[in-house]
Amino acid sequence: MNINFTLIAQAIAFAVLIWFTVKFVWPPLLSAIETRQKEIADGLAAASEGRNALEVAAKKSEITLNEAKQKASEIIGQAEKRGSQIVEDAKGVAKAEGDRIIAGAKAEIEQEINRAKEGLRSQVSSLAVAGAEKILRKEINASAHSEMLAKLAAEL
Amino acid sequence: MATEHANSAEHGLTPSGYIEHHLSFNAHPVSEGAGFWTLHVDTFVMSVALGLIVMGLIWLVARKATAGVPSKGQAFVELIFNFVDDQVKNIFHGNRHSFIAPTALTVFLWVFAMNSMDFLPVDWVASIVAFFGGEHAKWRAVPTSDINTTFALALSVWILMIFFSVKVKGLGGFVHELFCAPFGSKIWVWPANFLFNLIEYVSKPLSHSLRLFGNMYAGEVIFLLLGLWAATGVSGTIFGAILGAGWSIFHILIVALQAFIFMMLTVVYLAMAHESH
Repeated sequence: MNINFTLIAQAIAFAVLIWFTVKFVWPPLLSAIETRQKEIADGLAAASEGRNALEVAAKKSEITLNEAKQKASEIIGQAEKRGSQIVEDAKGVAKAEGDRIIAGAKAEIEQEINRAKEGLRSQVSSLAVAGAEKILRKEINASAHSEMLAKLAAEL
Repeated sequence: MATEHANSAEHGLTPSGYIEHHLSFNAHPVSEGAGFWTLHVDTFVMSVALGLIVMGLIWLVARKATAGVPSKGQAFVELIFNFVDDQVKNIFHGNRHSFIAPTALTVFLWVFAMNSMDFLPVDWVASIVAFFGGEHAKWRAVPTSDINTTFALALSVWILMIFFSVKVKGLGGFVHELFCAPFGSKIWVWPANFLFNLIEYVSKPLSHSLRLFGNMYAGEVIFLLLGLWAATGVSGTIFGAILGAGWSIFHILIVALQAFIFMMLTVVYLAMAHESH
């Protein structure tokens, strides 16, 4: 147990080693580790953020999808309604047109009948006159009785 | 193993000669008169070489340290780094990165490396030294079993302790603490406080250095006693080898533990110096 100059030499060596470590060994290791820790923390934060964004997007897409479905069914409903309405309208129009045509035809028929009646009437009168003339040729003066016959024809 | 010494006329086959040879330093006077001015060349060379190797290896890794995926070497160094850093973080609450944590790393690795020299078979070291320096050349391979090394470390820590104490609290605060802690600031307890602090300041470096020295010295002596057994013949050699292997395995624990304890005490003392009472 002899204390001697070795002690001083060792203390100096110790001091130099500490200086070396403080200056050259510790800082690069510390910065490397701290940078990596920060990167990992950032990465984890970004991952959780991404997860949240994904969740939000999924929710949003679901809402949009539901809206679209609803809208589509609405549109389909409207279209169906509109289609049946068009059919109804067309039916109505067709019926009215048909009625109109029928009415027109009826009126024409009436007219035709009237015209025929008129023709007949005039022919009957002339026929009656001719018949009466033939019957009465001998005894009746055509001009004397034609007025009376005309009256008779008008009554017809 | 011990046969090369058996032929030595000076030491003969005596056990005390063998042990004395192994426990002698390679001492060189650095100035006239010797006495204090003696350097243990073996202690100094071994410790400086180990310090350079260990811190140099760490530096080689640290120099190319990347924040990305670390190489295996860097991962190993970071393991040690984080181990030391965690210990310091739990004890010292301040800016540990500027001084205390790197100091703790230095102490841990250097003391660990110096302690590890205990694993070198004592007679192999002696044989190598005898090959280069002659039969009577002396060389102790374990720097921490030299009281000068452990005292140098403990006294350096002690000086740092006082330095930080003065730096943090000011000279007035330091002196105030010497007289007013731990029993209070009343004037009649000043002597008791001062005596208490004096004992503390003396005992800290003593227990710090002697704990490491005692463990390493005892380990070395036991290796020597086991090596001595080889001189008794073949059975002694076999038993000595088996027990030597056992003691080496147990010594792995002691080597690591003592390095850890030395580091922890360094950190605790420096952390205490930062605290005001």
